[in-house]
Amino acid sequence: MNRTVWIIITLAAIGLFIFSGVNTIPRLDEQVNASWAEVQSQYQRRMDLIPNLVETVKGYANFEQKTLTDVIAARASATKVTLNTDQLSNPDAVKKFEAAQGNVSSALSRLMVVVEKYPDLKANQNFLALQSQLEGTENRITVARRDYIGTVQQYNTTVRTFPGMIWAGIYGAKPKATFVATEGADKPPTVKF
Amino acid sequence: MRALVFVVALLLSAVAFAAPQFPALTGRVVDGAHILAPITIQSLDQILADYERGTANQVVVVTVPSLQGNSIEDYGYQLGRTWQIGQKGKNNGALLIVAPKERKVRIEVGYGLEPVLTDAASSEIVNGVILPAFRSGHMEQGIVDGTRAMIDVLGGKSISTAHTIRQVEQLSDAQLALILLFIFGFIWFAIRHPMLAMLMLSNSSMRFGSSGSGDSGGGFSGGGGSFGGGGASGSW
Repeated sequence: MNRTVWIIITLAAIGLFIFSGVNTIPRLDEQVNASWAEVQSQYQRRMDLIPNLVETVKGYANFEQKTLTDVIAARASATKVTLNTDQLSNPDAVKKFEAAQGNVSSALSRLMVVVEKYPDLKANQNFLALQSQLEGTENRITVARRDYIGTVQQYNTTVRTFPGMIWAGIYGAKPKATFVATEGADKPPTVKF
Repeated sequence: MRALVFVVALLLSAVAFAAPQFPALTGRVVDGAHILAPITIQSLDQILADYERGTANQVVVVTVPSLQGNSIEDYGYQLGRTWQIGQKGKNNGALLIVAPKERKVRIEVGYGLEPVLTDAASSEIVNGVILPAFRSGHMEQGIVDGTRAMIDVLGGKSISTAHTIRQVEQLSDAQLALILLFIFGFIWFAIRHPMLAMLMLSNSSMRFGSSGSGDSGGGFSGGGGSFGGGGASGSW
């Protein structure tokens, strides 16, 4: 008698434990999507700054054309690489997106290094404003990426461990691809004047 | 094997994202680096409290003894999130962070205030108002003027850069003369009419007393706001 009671209690506890997770995966999935949207909108914000920046820099006599055309080209190819939330569990797609944005980052940081040689440009109010916006945007990108990594980590841990893996099986939820969080690699280029 | 790799990766990333230790949110002005005089803290607190009463925006001034090896950008947004400055949903908070040890300053802007206190405006305040004062050794002046400029920008006014400092210095000379004149005038008055002077003194001290007690108390806390890395930094 006593034993049956215990078995029932144990089963009930296990059942409750598993069923309490019914909303966990959809909730975490939403969080991942939201943090991805933030990453994308911050990258977009950077894309939107580029034409203005190029326009301002271009006005300066004999500015090195190569760095400018690199930035324009990197932006143009990055606009073609888009990623919606369904593709987040596809590591290749995420890698491709990241590579395209990485090209924009390095082209921009090269541009900012070249700017060092143009004192007139560095004193231009319009340029200074754009520069601070660019720095702020790079910083927002860092934060958004880190938040994304955090939410994906939570999601993946749930999907891969008990009891979440049971629900993942039922929902057909797959682990999502994340960014490589190498220290310093995702830091904004430090542009100092 | 895969599970092991995953666990190791998880541990590593936990180390990479180890959050810094943050000071306690003791008020609207948290002077962890001890660079502000009590009277400056009080007047800043008053400015910020009045501002919050009028607009519901929360602005907090903080000086930190150390950034614990973090960049001020990394430190700033995490501090804002930990303290939850600004209201939940509105995210209408902003921080002025000063790290004297690392010689860094940052204006950290909550999501909701980013359209008003833009990166460009923040950078203008840092480079045009705060840093010139810091560089000439006027830490308190830089912090007070920087805070005022933040509030001005948030209220839609334009920033009056650099000259604010000179103006204040010129004014303080004139003010000193005025104060001396007033004191001598009062002494002369007190000699002529001692009873009247006594009455005036007791009256004014009563007024000061009541206003002091009215403002004390009332804990300050963040409202649940969040930050996403907006703002600008500088170093001196």
